[in-house]
Amino acid sequence: MGRSRGARGPREAFSLDDQTRVRRFESFFVPHLDAAYNFARWLTRDERNAEDVVQEACLRAFKFIDSFHGDDGRAWLLGIVRNTYYTWLKRNKVAALAVPFDEESFDADEIEASHASEASPVDQLLQEKDAKRLVDAALERLPEEFREAIVLRELEGLSYKEIAAIAGIPLGTVMSRLARARKLLLQYLRQAQES
Amino acid sequence: MDCTSIRNRLHAYLDQELDLPSATAVDQHLASCEACKKAYAEQSALQSALRSQATYHSAPAGLAQRIRARIGPKKERKVRFHWQQWLPMGAAVAATALLSWTAAIQYVSVSEDEATGERVIAGHARSIVTGHLADVASSDQHSVKPWLSSRLDYSLPVTDLTSAGFPLVGGRLDYLDQRSVAVLVYRHREHVINLFVWPLQEGSHVQPVRSLAKRGYNVLHWSDGGMAFWAVSDLNAAEMRDFAAAYTAAE
Repeated sequence: MGRSRGARGPREAFSLDDQTRVRRFESFFVPHLDAAYNFARWLTRDERNAEDVVQEACLRAFKFIDSFHGDDGRAWLLGIVRNTYYTWLKRNKVAALAVPFDEESFDADEIEASHASEASPVDQLLQEKDAKRLVDAALERLPEEFREAIVLRELEGLSYKEIAAIAGIPLGTVMSRLARARKLLLQYLRQAQES
Repeated sequence: MDCTSIRNRLHAYLDQELDLPSATAVDQHLASCEACKKAYAEQSALQSALRSQATYHSAPAGLAQRIRARIGPKKERKVRFHWQQWLPMGAAVAATALLSWTAAIQYVSVSEDEATGERVIAGHARSIVTGHLADVASSDQHSVKPWLSSRLDYSLPVTDLTSAGFPLVGGRLDYLDQRSVAVLVYRHREHVINLFVWPLQEGSHVQPVRSLAKRGYNVLHWSDGGMAFWAVSDLNAAEMRDFAAAYTAAE
């Protein structure tokens, strides 16, 4: 019988598809739900919104799962989380994006002005009881372009290349955003300690 | 390297993103420059602080379950129709040899077809609930076909498929999309299959076979010889395909 043209007959081909897609989803994306949620939580700075964003992102991931070829489920999912977040932001007209930034790399003038002679504020900070709260608060204050870069770098441990792919920006921009993020974080932490 | 170029590379150095020669150059500079060494120590301390102190928000309990509940079959039943292509392979050799399916699922939003699919399901459900399956109850294709033809402005292929396991139960008229349409009723074990047939509109293009699952029903839709065919039943999708294959082979 000429039932099957390829390896699978029509019956098998039909019954497999849905199961396969769900299985692919389970193996490629479900293991990265923590990463997806953490990223969404730091982007939205809110539990409920983070869950909404992750759920929507997962539905999108599932919808387009046929075009995912299994190389890096985490990066793929995080990229979708990020897109979903920005779509959500537009839709909800949360005007939180106001802080301008420049993409310039560190320049020498800033170096001279840095607190090279003082003890590191971070070392002092870690002596404090509420170090955790101060660090979280500083992260939350960051404009989101910097927040997303630093969260992906320090909390997810992603490489520049992975961050560039997720955020859709060049490698050089990843580096300058991280530099900027760190500079701002130090500044926030200093302010927190002075007050 | 001078301090400026070192500072420009400091973050990449910290993140271990520098190539070996550059990293070595930074190493050497840091060993001899107090200011840069301090700057590096500060960045390094910040990095440690972030990694050890910043809250990592793990997914709340039940998130995976809530997502699972929204994907897969349940979700498709709710909004998403998964249509599958069914490609004719040529002349009929055997019913099952007729057709081949691509394994890939296409997600196509075809709102018109979705709406028609809904109405076909409603028509099917109505016939089951009211127990009114056939206006002309006969397994004889030669009495069903003229009965339908005399009441409609088109004629359709009517074939008893008992030999393939789908005996003809009869035919009836239904009203769909503001017109009377023919419904052929078949049985498979204890399950009823309604096959809605009407002529394609002028200019509508021929559709490959598509399937959709909704509210526990499976629908197959194809067009052939200027006619649109919609088969609906609570049979599983594979049995529906067997039915469609048997019908198109006998046609």
